[in-house]
Amino acid sequence: MNYDILLSGVGGQGVLSVSAVIAMAALEEGLYLKQSEVHGMSQRGGAVSATLRLSDAPIHSPLISLGSAHMLLSLEPMECFRYLNALSKNGILITSTTPVKNIENYPDLSEILAQLRKIPQAHLINTEELARSSGSLRATNIVMVGAASRHLPLQVKSLERAIHSLFERKGDKIVEINLKAFQAGRQAV
Amino acid sequence: MEQTVLLGDDAVALGAIHAGITAAYAYPGTPSTEIMEALLSYAEKNQKPIAHWCANEKTAYEAALGVSVVGRRSLVSMKHVGLNVAADPFMSSALVNIHGGLVIAVADDPGMHSSQNEQDSRFYANFARIICLEPSTHQETYDMMREAFELSERYHMPVLLRLVTRLAHSRGMVKLTKPREENPLSKSASSNQWILLPSNAKRQWAERICLQPQLRGYSESSPFNRLRINEHYRDFAVITTGMAGNYYLECKPEIIATTKSEPSHLHIGTYPLAEDKIRTLLGLVKRVLILEEGYPFLERTLRGILPQAIEIQGRESGHIPPDGELNPDLVRKALGLTIQSGVLAPEYKVPARPPQLCPGCPHIDSYGALKEVLSSFNVHLVTSDIGCYTLGAMPEYSAIETCVCMGASIGMARGASEAGLQPSIAVLGDSTFLHSGIQPLLDAISVNANMTVLILDNQTVGMTGGQTTIAPSSNLKNIVLGLGVHPEHVHVIEAHRRCHEQNKVLLQKEIEYPGLSVVIAVRECIETAKRKKSL
Repeated sequence: MNYDILLSGVGGQGVLSVSAVIAMAALEEGLYLKQSEVHGMSQRGGAVSATLRLSDAPIHSPLISLGSAHMLLSLEPMECFRYLNALSKNGILITSTTPVKNIENYPDLSEILAQLRKIPQAHLINTEELARSSGSLRATNIVMVGAASRHLPLQVKSLERAIHSLFERKGDKIVEINLKAFQAGRQAV
Repeated sequence: MEQTVLLGDDAVALGAIHAGITAAYAYPGTPSTEIMEALLSYAEKNQKPIAHWCANEKTAYEAALGVSVVGRRSLVSMKHVGLNVAADPFMSSALVNIHGGLVIAVADDPGMHSSQNEQDSRFYANFARIICLEPSTHQETYDMMREAFELSERYHMPVLLRLVTRLAHSRGMVKLTKPREENPLSKSASSNQWILLPSNAKRQWAERICLQPQLRGYSESSPFNRLRINEHYRDFAVITTGMAGNYYLECKPEIIATTKSEPSHLHIGTYPLAEDKIRTLLGLVKRVLILEEGYPFLERTLRGILPQAIEIQGRESGHIPPDGELNPDLVRKALGLTIQSGVLAPEYKVPARPPQLCPGCPHIDSYGALKEVLSSFNVHLVTSDIGCYTLGAMPEYSAIETCVCMGASIGMARGASEAGLQPSIAVLGDSTFLHSGIQPLLDAISVNANMTVLILDNQTVGMTGGQTTIAPSSNLKNIVLGLGVHPEHVHVIEAHRRCHEQNKVLLQKEIEYPGLSVVIAVRECIETAKRKKSL
């Protein structure tokens, strides 16, 4: 079993925190993993991407070849377009519909969403709304983990345990909000 | 022992800790920063090893050298261009009789994700005639770090561990081995081998050169250099080094499927090169593909200038692009494998999203004031430096005109001013100033250069994630005064929108003043301020 995930978003959104939850669950299930990250200048509000590769056998490359990702998980709708050439034709696209408009020439959002809807394997997630209804706008990334969970080769229980251990030290209330956000994302796919 | 998932940089730190280091020193720089961060957080919990940020890579290196002369192990870590700063102690320390193990972990940044060049540190190791280890996996990073200290003490030389971004900043699995104790304090017995007077240096250098066959012998027998020969397939072979090995291994099943055989493969992890292994491999084939991350170091060595008996493919033959970072698809193409097509983007053009200054960043206010003041001058030059504030080059600000290397802004403004271009303004951050700005400021003071230095003091090392600067913000003014800038022309201002008008008046006055002035614009980095609030 191999499962390659490409994550995308904007520096500061927490692409790595999404990757961390999935990685933690994969480890608990005894899978091998490799994960590439971005640090430094590229994190300052620019386009960022990361990869997470899961397998039941040792993995060599931290990077993914074009046309071979099983999942493109994007925290920002416009950013998907940069990486669609990495997604396998049978792959799944899961993207947030909440834009980060930190550039002057950000395109018309409805146009972006219309284009995304044309892609057969795309799932568009209104992370902002789902996070708010779960109790905190800060839970948008966990909504995305929930949405991804429908297709990840991982058990819901291990993902939930990962969320639990990630937010444990912030108190029961925060754990509860994030578990709710996870379920909300899961229901949206 | 336990297995754990580590960032490449963490594997360097933990490898050094388990090798029994007494101390580690560094200056932040992507992609090496997390090595010291891991050491600092380990030291906080375990009260050892000694781990400190330093003013710059040179001072960090020299501190590590001091640990070595008294017999204890030390690590110094930096990004590739940091080794330029530390090149003076690095090159000469290759001649001393290293006592306690000294390892330099250098993280190269091929592809320049976060750097001003993509120099390949293997050349430095070769230049100094020392051993270089180049890991391909997280496990090797940890194991090589432990080995590096052994080698350093066996051959009495510094050993360089060369990382690249994709290893430093990726996570993989590592099995840990039993930690080793620290060395006892034991001063080097002979100081002659540490005093590089010409008479001693000549002897030390000759000895270093004599040692080269032994170092090659180490490489010949090292399990980090893996040779897999297939005598039945003589069409082509592959040589990989470091991280590039992974991209080949990823393609290997497909290669075997298409050639119906397995090409011979040599993977190189240590330098100087295992020449016999290379000769054995190349004696078998007509063609070899060389995959190495960074410059064509190995390729050029093999190619030489004489006619070739076999075809060498790599960066210089055009099979791999001559610059930039490797990736799985470049390697696929070089191996003749097809590039898979993905879900093609619809006919839709995505605007670029370059990195930018954070909303609310104090630099935005400083640049706003500076730009308005400079609009009243027909000509001017704003030299700048390496840090978050380099993003002031982006079109929405277009506030700076140069960025070369740490501290260059001050020296360049001085030169430009003396050559006749005024006003010349040097803009640099507090940490860059402390790293390499003090000495060029001394130069400028010595001639009372007609220029203004604007220090953007955000009270942190911003670009690398908010490390503590080597001197607190409150000391900056005293440092500048102590160097000898005239007190009437040293000012501290608040880099804030609400001070915009008064800051403009002050900057105008100092830029017009026909001599040296220093303005320190202070306000804490918005990111570190946020982080403190959330604690």
